[in-house]
Amino acid sequence: MTPLLQVENIAKLYGARIGCTDVSFDLYPGEVMGIVGESGSGKSTLLNCLAGHLVPDRGAVKFDTRADGQHDGGLRDTVTMSEPERRMLSRTDWAFVHQHARDGLRMNVSAGGNVGERLMAVNARHYGEIRDTATDWLGRVEIAADRIDDRPTAFSGGMQQRLQIARNLVTGPRLVFMDEPTGGLDVSVQARLLDLLRGLVREMGLSAIIVTHDLAVVRLLADRLMVMKDGQVVETGLTDQVLDDPQHAYTQLLVSSVLQV
Amino acid sequence: MSDYNFAYLDEQTKRMIRRAILKGLAIPGYQVPFASREMPMPYGWGTGGVQVSAAVLTPDDTFKVIDQGADDTTNAVSIRRFFQKTADVAVTEATAEASVIQTRHRIPEEQMNAGQILVYQVPIPEPLRFLEPSEVETRKMHALEEYGLMHVKLYEDISQHGAIATAYAYPVKVEDRYVMDPSPIPKFDNPKLSMPAIQLFGAGREQRIYALPPFTKVVSLDFDDYPFEATKADHACDLCGSTESYLDELIVDDAGGRMFMCSDTDYCTSRRKAGHIGAQGVPYEEDAA
Repeated sequence: MTPLLQVENIAKLYGARIGCTDVSFDLYPGEVMGIVGESGSGKSTLLNCLAGHLVPDRGAVKFDTRADGQHDGGLRDTVTMSEPERRMLSRTDWAFVHQHARDGLRMNVSAGGNVGERLMAVNARHYGEIRDTATDWLGRVEIAADRIDDRPTAFSGGMQQRLQIARNLVTGPRLVFMDEPTGGLDVSVQARLLDLLRGLVREMGLSAIIVTHDLAVVRLLADRLMVMKDGQVVETGLTDQVLDDPQHAYTQLLVSSVLQV
Repeated sequence: MSDYNFAYLDEQTKRMIRRAILKGLAIPGYQVPFASREMPMPYGWGTGGVQVSAAVLTPDDTFKVIDQGADDTTNAVSIRRFFQKTADVAVTEATAEASVIQTRHRIPEEQMNAGQILVYQVPIPEPLRFLEPSEVETRKMHALEEYGLMHVKLYEDISQHGAIATAYAYPVKVEDRYVMDPSPIPKFDNPKLSMPAIQLFGAGREQRIYALPPFTKVVSLDFDDYPFEATKADHACDLCGSTESYLDELIVDDAGGRMFMCSDTDYCTSRRKAGHIGAQGVPYEEDAA
């Protein structure tokens, strides 16, 4: 089986300081990978390098592209591919869910417009169809259909986050990058969002890379786990294995730091 | 006359502007940056158009200025006088006689011909501006031909108003490549953008020049199920009776009285001279003010 994403020795340096270094892993179709670690451990730097928002200093990010007119498809390095191709990937096969919904939404455009934007970016030109798809997706993320013409500014934090997810998944991506998708939400809203995400990921067979410092999130969503500290990966393995039987000292500290209610 | 160089700007500046114009003509719809000069009028009064006109005018030209179609408004009169004074060119109000026409917010009703130049004053040349505030990002979107966002604006129109409510500055796609803001002309004028005359667009404050060579393919953006429609007030001109021209609506008293009249004054006057009379019109008399 070909991996969907093959990461080889990614490193990003900020001058002399290390953002992240020597990260390698394979991600297979339908698999959800969690990346945990404390603040400043290089999680977000790594995610941004993978998603093409930052240019890594070393290494390759190979993605199993679909065949098009110019290329046969298969594993291609997204770091060295041309910018138009990479941007095309990021609005078709990839999706990026930001921690703050307002970074990923257009706040002065209605909910329907936000969901429809990716469709129009890949040349959907039929208003009725765009609107039907948007309505359908709002339903799937539990936003009432009569809110379709409201702007995200009129939405609660949890709704904004769900809208952001709908906006990203509407073109049927194969790989979703999530940066702290539940950050800033209260626990009951978090629980519903996680439930929704888990449902969508399973139903659509998505692969996902989730960056978070919340171990409960990865416990629920992730198949595999990568623990980062000081820009390095210190432990990898199946989620339950890593969380229930942590080997590295830092992972043990991390797991034991979780507050019990 | 000896106080000014011909057409106010110095020759090096005109040369720089002509280079930008030539580049604009070579890449229809592409916004060419240029070093816009301070002009003796405020931004928003057509400083971009004036610089383009200054760069293309020759002593043999006949110059016409229209503002919202009219030859006799402050803006039109002051720009016309400016070039009378600094370039000593002949001026006219007749569309067919002019070789260079500077316009604000209209295309003349009368068919433009080969050999004529239409110069537009442009306030904001970037059609994506109100959706994407970053200039770095919009330039990248133009370069990579990522224009999905333009349709988001039209989508918003339909979802809020039930139809594409954008009535002026209606975005167009030029030669299947660049999305362009045709300056704030009514969308009624959009189908006329493909014409035998050269069209030059100057934005002074934003320092951009773009151009449409004769007979350039210009398509107004729309949706399959909400096609583009060139609309005008559903009325005939009350002075000349024309049902073809773009109309201004005038409130004439405080009892709800109103009249519609052609926004193109030259078109209206020449029709009245030819004997056409509208519902509230009177036969044309020379010097009747």
